[in-house]
Amino acid sequence: MNVARTVDARGLSCPQPVILVRKAIEAGEFPIEVLVETVTSLENVRRTAEKADLRVEVEEREDDFRILIEKP
Amino acid sequence: MSERRPSFFASRWGIIAAGAGIGLIAACLQRAGNPPNMGICVACFERDTAGALGLHRATPAQYIRPEIIGFVLGAFGAALAFREYRARSGSAPIVRFVLGMFAMIGALAFLGCPWRALLRLAGGDLNALLGIAGLAAGIAAGVFFLKAGYSLGRSSRTYPAAGLILPILSMGLLLLRIFMPRFGDGAPIFASASGPGSLHAPLLLSLAAGLAIGFVAQRTRFCTMGAVRDIILMRDTHLASGAAALLAAAFVANLALGQVHFGFAGQPIAHSDSLWIVLGMALAGLAFALAGGCPGRQLFLAGEGDGDAAIFVVGMIAGAATAHNFALAGIPDKVAGGAVQAGGLTGAGQAAVVIGLVFSLAIGFTMREKG
Repeated sequence: MNVARTVDARGLSCPQPVILVRKAIEAGEFPIEVLVETVTSLENVRRTAEKADLRVEVEEREDDFRILIEKP
Repeated sequence: MSERRPSFFASRWGIIAAGAGIGLIAACLQRAGNPPNMGICVACFERDTAGALGLHRATPAQYIRPEIIGFVLGAFGAALAFREYRARSGSAPIVRFVLGMFAMIGALAFLGCPWRALLRLAGGDLNALLGIAGLAAGIAAGVFFLKAGYSLGRSSRTYPAAGLILPILSMGLLLLRIFMPRFGDGAPIFASASGPGSLHAPLLLSLAAGLAIGFVAQRTRFCTMGAVRDIILMRDTHLASGAAALLAAAFVANLALGQVHFGFAGQPIAHSDSLWIVLGMALAGLAFALAGGCPGRQLFLAGEGDGDAAIFVVGMIAGAATAHNFALAGIPDKVAGGAVQAGGLTGAGQAAVVIGLVFSLAIGFTMREKG
C-alpha cells in the first residue's frame, strides 16, 4: 500500500514520537506510516491515534514496529 | 502480526493501580522505618546512596537505599519478562549528565523529587503545593521547548551487554549494602547514625518494595513529570491519573496510620523558603522535561537498557555529591523544645539554582531540530 507520509521516530525519546505523529495527523494526509523502536512509543502512538478516532495497524518487525494509521 | 496487544498495564486502570500501589507502599515504608513524609524519594534516596559511598560527607544522609536498587532491577526483570529489554544509547549523553546534576540540585533545594512532593503533600506538608507549582512551571517551560522542536537527537541500538551496566552496578550496590565492608582505615561504606539516613525500613522489605514498584512502573510507564507534561502538551490525563492515584492512596494510608499533620512550618525534613521551593522545583521540572522523565522513570528506563537514562541517573548522583559538598542543599527546619528554627536555602544554593536554570534554558534554546 502507498503511504502518504512516513514518520521515522526511531530512537527518539518520549514525547517526541507523539509530537511528530500529532503533526502528521493534523496535516490530514493518510495513511501515515510511523516507525518506532520501543513498546512504550508504540503504546503512546497507538493511544494518540485512537483518541483521534483513527484506525491503527501494527506490524512487529525484527528491529522496530511499523504502525499504519488510517482513516476508519 | 503483532502479539503486542494493549495490556492491562497500558490501560487507564493499570496506571491508576500502579500509582495507588506506590502511594500505599510509600506510606507503609514510612511506618516501617523510612523517614517521615519520605516513604520513597528518588532524589533523596540517590543522595543517601551517594553519601554511603563517601561521594559526599553529609553524615545525616548516608545509606545505600535498597529501594533504588529494586527500582532498577525490578524494571530490568519486567523488561526481560515482556521482551522489552533493548540496549540503546548515544543521545547527547553529556547533556543528560548535566541535566541530571542540575535536576538533583533543584530537587535538593526543595528537599524532594516529584514523588516526594506528592508524598509530602499526602502527609500534610503544605509547602509541597508550592513545590508542585514550581515543578509544573518548569515542565511548562520544557513543553515550550519541545513544541519549538527541542530534541537531544536519536539514540541508537548498542550491544545488549552495554545496557546491563546499571543493573549490574545495582547488584554491586546490593552486595555492598548486605556486607557493609570496610576497605581500610577511614574507608568504610558510610551509614548515618542519626538524621534521615539513619531512618530506614528493614533491608528485605525495602528491596521487595523497590522490586515490585520497579516491575509495575516499567510495565505502566509511570512518570510524574510526564503526568504534568502530557496535560500541558496535549490535554492527556493518562499519566496524571497515576500521579493522582499516588497522592490519594498515600493520603488515605497516612490518615489510617496517623501520619498526617497539616501545616507549613516545622514539617519533617522540609523548609518553608517559598521562593526557593518554587525555583528549585522549577529547575528540577525543566531538567526532567528536557531529559524525558522524572527521576523514577529514568531508573526504570535504565533498567530496560536505556544507557542515556543511566547517564542521567549518574548525573543525579554527581549532583547530590556536589550539592552536599558545597552546601547547596536545602536546610530543613529544626524543631527544638516546641520552637521552630527555620531552615531554607544558603546563598550558594540559591546561586546554584539560578545557574542551573540559566544552563537548562540555554540547552532548551540551543538544541533544536530545524523544520
